[in-house]
Amino acid sequence: MEKNLNLSLKVWRQKNAKDKGQFETYKVNDISTDMSFLEMFDVLNERLIVDGKEPIAFDHDCREGICGMCSMFINGRPHGPKQGVTTCQLHMRSFNDGDTIVVEPWRASPFPVIKDLVVDRSAFDRIISAGGFISINTGNAQDANSLPIPKDDADESFAAASCIGCGACVAACKNASAMLFVSAKVSQLALLPQGQPERKQRVMEMVAQMDSEGFGSCTNTGACSAECPKEISLTHIARMNRDYISAELSSTK
Amino acid sequence: MNWVTKMFSSSLGQKFIMALTGLFLCTFLVIHMIGNLQLFKSDFGLAFNTYAVFMTTFPLIKVVSYLLYASVLFHAFKGFMLIAKNRKARPVKYAVQDGAANSHWTSRNMGILGTIILLFIVVHMKNFWYEYKFGHDVGYTAYIQDIHKDTLVSQAMEPTYTQVKKIEEVNYSNESGQYHVTIVKDLYKEVAVEFKEWWLVALYVLCMFAVAFHLYHGFQSAFQTFGINHSKFNGLIKFIGIWFFSVIIPASFAAMPLFFFFK
Ligand code: SF4
Ligand code: FES
Repeated sequence: MEKNLNLSLKVWRQKNAKDKGQFETYKVNDISTDMSFLEMFDVLNERLIVDGKEPIAFDHDCREGICGMCSMFINGRPHGPKQGVTTCQLHMRSFNDGDTIVVEPWRASPFPVIKDLVVDRSAFDRIISAGGFISINTGNAQDANSLPIPKDDADESFAAASCIGCGACVAACKNASAMLFVSAKVSQLALLPQGQPERKQRVMEMVAQMDSEGFGSCTNTGACSAECPKEISLTHIARMNRDYISAELSSTK
Repeated sequence: MNWVTKMFSSSLGQKFIMALTGLFLCTFLVIHMIGNLQLFKSDFGLAFNTYAVFMTTFPLIKVVSYLLYASVLFHAFKGFMLIAKNRKARPVKYAVQDGAANSHWTSRNMGILGTIILLFIVVHMKNFWYEYKFGHDVGYTAYIQDIHKDTLVSQAMEPTYTQVKKIEEVNYSNESGQYHVTIVKDLYKEVAVEFKEWWLVALYVLCMFAVAFHLYHGFQSAFQTFGINHSKFNGLIKFIGIWFFSVIIPASFAAMPLFFFFK
């Protein structure tokens, strides 16, 4: 068994959206390397509660990398030093005894801090409501074979659909751009026959919503894809760029 | 809102303009570099000076050059606006941000690299374009070619000499042979004189590094913005972007001041 860790945590504390906020340093001792990063925070919070202090607020839900809630900017990177994982999937064995770990909330004007490490990501929900859906008039279930979909397209669409809306792409981007998220949500439908009727309208409206939320614009640094826990590819951004320009040029809107 | 304004004021539309003007400037660099290779000829600048006249008088090129000036200004102006907008998207900075872990440094410093290039363009235009068009330092030189013996001599004209056209050509013959004489504004000499200043040479060479790094990201990035990201073409785009635009082009440009400095 590996030796347990003694760490210093520099954590962003902010009482509410209006508060200015500041870093606070906490020592955590005897942390098992098998703990997840969030479990380490649980240990710290237990102690804070016992001491009669306010525990650190952070978002989490599934703790298995599928809900996208656990937004933490750890040592300068969203979800910490490992690739393809969320904070809940990050284990303490990725750190060394004696490390100082800096933990900050996502920083982006469309993601205002609510408290401590919790940010409001409802800007993403508004982008989805603007067009990230297909309209279906319900009726009898269709025969599965009536809509042939090439395997490659299905796979590509599925890869895009694996985006969990965590916001790490925005957090990592030097421009706080939401292009990777939006392009994943545009692509997953653009690649399937069910997405075609609203394809043009969808991309135009989602881009418009993305802009009005105040996200920055893309400079193709690729930081988003490198930090995305689901490793969403930049090809989706390229597809959205194509779709957007051709939709603007060819739609009647 | 009109659809054109709507499209070009969206974040994607603005990127599209950046990519479009950027690639246009890339094609200009290719022409500019190839044309300037004539500086390396050992003809006292005859070919280069003749080319300079062509570039400043041929109507189509003049139109394209105004488009070019507009593109430079627009690319720079839009770039600055986008930087300001992108800064606003993150009003509170991170205490620690490890950009190197997820992106190439050129891609994160396009604004700084671009600013260096813009300042360079100002200096460069002052050095040559302004001097050539409006300055009084650039004199005329006569080139006398012996048509049969294929020899060439050059003779600087009096500083006070001037002519209506930028280039005058005459043929004449006497008992010693047949000659073709070209009298042209000698920009080549201006280049040769300017590049004897070590600090100007150093500045030019350093600025070519900025060009190299700007294009290292910029060329490839433009294709991504146009939506061209495909395993069949990415290799080629990357190859051209790196080897041609961020190595060969800036290295050739940097070679010019160095050539004259050490000549
Ligand atoms: S694209 Fe990746 S980083 Fe961005 S929200 Fe989706 S899963 Fe998270
Ligand atoms: S808590 Fe659900 S992804 Fe981390």
